[in-house]
Amino acid sequence: MKIKSRVVDEQGFQRTVTRLAHEILERNKGIETIAIVGIRTRGEHLAKRLAQKVKDIEHKDVELGMLDITLYRDDLRMRLDNPELKGTDITFDVTGKNIILVDDVLYTARTIRAALDELIDMGRPASIQLAVLVDRGHRELPIKADFVGKNIPTSQGEEVRVLMKEVDGEDAVVIVDLSEPGVV
Amino acid sequence: MALSRRHLLGLDGVPKEDIEQILDTATSFREVLERPIKKVPTLQGKTIVNLFFESSTRTRISFELAERRLSADVVNFSADVSSVLKGETLKDTVRNLEAMKIDMVVIRHAAAGAADFLGKVVQANVINAGDGAHEHPTQALLDMYTIREKFGTLEGIHVCIVGDISHSRVARSNIYGLKTMGANVSVCGPRTLIPRFIEPLGVKVYYDLDEAIRDADLLNVLRIQLERQGSALFPTLREYHQTFGITRERLDRSGKTVTILHPGPINRDVELSGDVADSEHSLIIQQVLNGVAVRMAILYLLGTGR
Repeated sequence: MKIKSRVVDEQGFQRTVTRLAHEILERNKGIETIAIVGIRTRGEHLAKRLAQKVKDIEHKDVELGMLDITLYRDDLRMRLDNPELKGTDITFDVTGKNIILVDDVLYTARTIRAALDELIDMGRPASIQLAVLVDRGHRELPIKADFVGKNIPTSQGEEVRVLMKEVDGEDAVVIVDLSEPGVV
Repeated sequence: MALSRRHLLGLDGVPKEDIEQILDTATSFREVLERPIKKVPTLQGKTIVNLFFESSTRTRISFELAERRLSADVVNFSADVSSVLKGETLKDTVRNLEAMKIDMVVIRHAAAGAADFLGKVVQANVINAGDGAHEHPTQALLDMYTIREKFGTLEGIHVCIVGDISHSRVARSNIYGLKTMGANVSVCGPRTLIPRFIEPLGVKVYYDLDEAIRDADLLNVLRIQLERQGSALFPTLREYHQTFGITRERLDRSGKTVTILHPGPINRDVELSGDVADSEHSLIIQQVLNGVAVRMAILYLLGTGR
């Protein structure tokens, strides 16, 4: 992986997560009606972090679920390799909840479209709000995030990677150059 | 990751990785079946034909539900109301259906090899829903899913298949699949209903049910086909029940807990007594639920793979 630049370091990462948690609580006036739903696989870890942070602030557990949007993808009919199913794990009723949908990077928003369709098939949430760590632009659908950790303008030849301790051993946001040879 | 093949014709020769992938994928579909809307848009725009040349209620409904819950378009075809009555060959029937741009075919046929034959002549993905006494892979996969759900693994589990082994495609597919997954497989039944030369498959044969129960973690009890009554393979149903019927008393006598599977439909008080079929050790209803999830997994993997 050819890292072009490191835009958020560990300290910045944690501050950003803390700020997102505060913003979510401020907008929703507490945690009574909210439920945090992470999009597998990268949004899953971020959702867990946010849930923990919210708990630290409010001293109460918040509902937490995971969404696997594979069955709702719009490119399945293109016969790519079967994407592996990790499974959706939402044990609460979404009806009436203010759902905080969490993903690491907002890019084309096709994933978010799939997530919205899947959530609405599960019930009728009071609202769905989108929280992302990074918004990198280049939207292909008319969707925007409610809570953004960091706006990072990019070119399409680049990729934004959110690294997290749980899987990568460190918390950081890096920009990877896809046009460079030898890139994973 | 995609399956290593584009049809599911049987479990003979299917690698462990493929079976594992199907079972793992089915877990995700079990969750979908618990949702208020039990439907996902995954196979939107795909057309699936259910070609049933032999009567079937459970398997056909299970496939149809699985297909509809994946949002596929479904066409049902049964031999008794079709062009087959007018003398059309299997190949012509399917060629004609294929001209109407279908994507997948599910076939049930009384002739062994019908699904294999279809797999060679059509572009669509073919799924075998039972061909003669040859194979019934989706039944075996749902049995394996149910066993794995109960025991957490298939490796080292002792499964005994009880009943008419000779005429059973369920037995055959179970033996292939379970052996691949590392289970210990045995069969038990009257000599007239156990095929000769079954030991080379790595299967232990019991002629005494009590002995078989003593060694087994789980019994997969096959349906005695009442049509075979009078074919001199066993004297009477009553005698079959006394010698090879699974009863509460027999299970109590074994002094251990044995799990019961049955592919259905059950002949109560022939191969299985009613109280055992309804007991807490019976996973028969669970099998039916798992059947839809396993078939959804197979349709998903074949229908969206390369």
